[in-house]
Amino acid sequence: MGELSGLAGPRAGADIDYVQLLTPEGVRIGNDEYEFTGDDDQIAGFYRDMVLTRRVDLEATALQRQGELGLWAPCLGQEAAQIGSARALGPGDHVFPTYREHGVARCLGIDPVDLLRMFRGIDHGNWDVEAHRFHLYTVVIGAQTLHATGYAMGLERDGLVGTGDPDRDAAVLAYLGDGATSQGDVSEAFVFSASYNAPVVFFCQNNQWAISEPIERQSRIPLYKRSSGFGIPGLRVDGNDVLASYAVTQKAMEHARSGNGPTFVEAYTYRMGAHTTSDDPTKYRLADEVEHWRLKDPIARVRAYLTRSGGADESFFARIDAEAEDLAADVRKRCLDLDDPSLVDAFDQVYAEQTPYLAEQQAAYAAYLDTFEDAEGGVG
Amino acid sequence: MTTMTIAKALNAGLRRALEADPKVVLAGEDIGKLGGVFRVTERLQKDFGEARVIDSPLAESGIVGTSVGMALRGYRPVCEMQFDGFTMPAFDQIVNQVAKMRFRSGGRIAMPMVIRIPCGGGIGAVEHHSESPEAYFCHTAGLKVVAVSNPNDAYWMIQQAVASDDPVIFFEPKRRYHERGEVQETAEPRPLHSAQVLREGTDATLVAYGPMVKVCSDAAAAAEEEGRSIEVVDLRTLSPLDMSVITRSTEKTGRLVVVHEAPGNVGLGAEIAARVTEQCFYSLEAPVLRVTGFDTPYPPSRLEDDYLPDLDRVLDAVDRSLAY
Repeated sequence: MGELSGLAGPRAGADIDYVQLLTPEGVRIGNDEYEFTGDDDQIAGFYRDMVLTRRVDLEATALQRQGELGLWAPCLGQEAAQIGSARALGPGDHVFPTYREHGVARCLGIDPVDLLRMFRGIDHGNWDVEAHRFHLYTVVIGAQTLHATGYAMGLERDGLVGTGDPDRDAAVLAYLGDGATSQGDVSEAFVFSASYNAPVVFFCQNNQWAISEPIERQSRIPLYKRSSGFGIPGLRVDGNDVLASYAVTQKAMEHARSGNGPTFVEAYTYRMGAHTTSDDPTKYRLADEVEHWRLKDPIARVRAYLTRSGGADESFFARIDAEAEDLAADVRKRCLDLDDPSLVDAFDQVYAEQTPYLAEQQAAYAAYLDTFEDAEGGVG
Repeated sequence: MTTMTIAKALNAGLRRALEADPKVVLAGEDIGKLGGVFRVTERLQKDFGEARVIDSPLAESGIVGTSVGMALRGYRPVCEMQFDGFTMPAFDQIVNQVAKMRFRSGGRIAMPMVIRIPCGGGIGAVEHHSESPEAYFCHTAGLKVVAVSNPNDAYWMIQQAVASDDPVIFFEPKRRYHERGEVQETAEPRPLHSAQVLREGTDATLVAYGPMVKVCSDAAAAAEEEGRSIEVVDLRTLSPLDMSVITRSTEKTGRLVVVHEAPGNVGLGAEIAARVTEQCFYSLEAPVLRVTGFDTPYPPSRLEDDYLPDLDRVLDAVDRSLAY
């Protein structure tokens, strides 16, 4: 495929044409269209977000390995794409995530333990989506892009788009992965958002692998070029560069909030871990490739920059590391302390208006539980 | 009281719903300028605007999926699937998203949506335009499913479905869109999820819904001429089933025949037969019988009169029930 694939080396990221503002060596570079205007304190904040996200992610992986979670979907390596994009959100913006947006969840104030509840099998999502402006994790690939588009259509009908008041205008950020771009729902989301000029930004973390399917199996052109066929501007950003991810998302969201419609962003990154803890990536990809991407680590480059700029010193990094350890210990403890749910309660969560049939089943099941003399953990 | 067709009654009911709540929006293919291929939404876009009566791109999953997003934003979308068979491209969004959103959120998130589906055969159509997919949706926890058979129910049930905080799959009998009946616009409607005894009888009970209700009413009238007293129940609600009406009637007559256009295998009739057996075993004088579409795909239209349950097949089943 060569030229057509748009990849200079197989998923290597070498000579890729994308927006980059911070090199893997930690050097800031200019770009004609995109600029990061924040200061070093803000960059230090990004650093903290990324370190804490990674530490919780590692703790969750460990908890799964110890049998405390049924599954975990690591975001290792994708911290810059997630933190950069999420920190660019305005106070009225809403997020529709996949199931891997743990860093984004952090930025929207989601307790990491609420994420663990899902993967421990306690519930399917326990946070207040409107209060956090962070909607529930969606497991069916790409389905959330339509929800995001519809939500954006609702924002527009609510008069929250293109008013010129930056405190009022809002838009939606829809996350998706490279595999999702093959889904019909994503194409339909492009069609609907373009047709109605909906205020939505599609933020695709191209982490090169959809479980074992490489990006070449999904597309014969670079993903960011695909949206132009739908009349949606597309661009590619270095997804391991938190400054570029921030700048690009900020501009695209502002474009949407102002009433100029959707944008597609391809954040070029790499899934350093397994697809989930049930996956074994050694079966389908080379260690060489992973090693290559390790040199592009999103956190190391920020640390190198802050060290060089003087924006942070060793004591800062040590303090963040200690905070990360404390957070991981706290998350672990609260995860292990979670109460198991009761099936009896589940019957109440299906309908707004309970049906007689379900109420009968609930009562019969509760009565059945009562027939056990030592009904331990039975009816609550 | 006014006389109108089912299509006009739905139109009037949707108009009332749009007037009653500014959060109600309609979405579907050709529903705006054209007023829908069956004219159910005629003039609504003209009167309520393009932001509330939305002509959609031709993508059913997109229609339902974006409606989920609008519902999350506090709107009450009413989606039209142009034909029954075209519901299937939206199946994932309906079954995995619409149905499960409340449960996924532990009961926090409401999904107040209506998905209107013109259903059933009898109009001489090409493939995919004559199907009865209700069992899929009745099988799906989180959805509620109703089917209308007459203009009065069409007028009221569409308004009740729109007002429901649960997602409702709303089946409309397309071959009866233009049949007329009385609509009581001022009378208090019966609850949405309730069955109705349309005709009292003592010898056997016919249970039907949607397009088959008229077939059963006609069959009961014909049976009366032969001295048989047949009770007819219009289910109206398919999920949840209103079992109280079904069991009361079955206990009275001792004989039950369930009629639907959909294939019999694992259909509504099977569920009703099972529950009646569980609940009315000692009242039954005969096994519960079913008169349904056959377990073939829906046939070419020149065969549909043979495929669809008709008066003779219904009466044949009544005879068999009475012969026990």
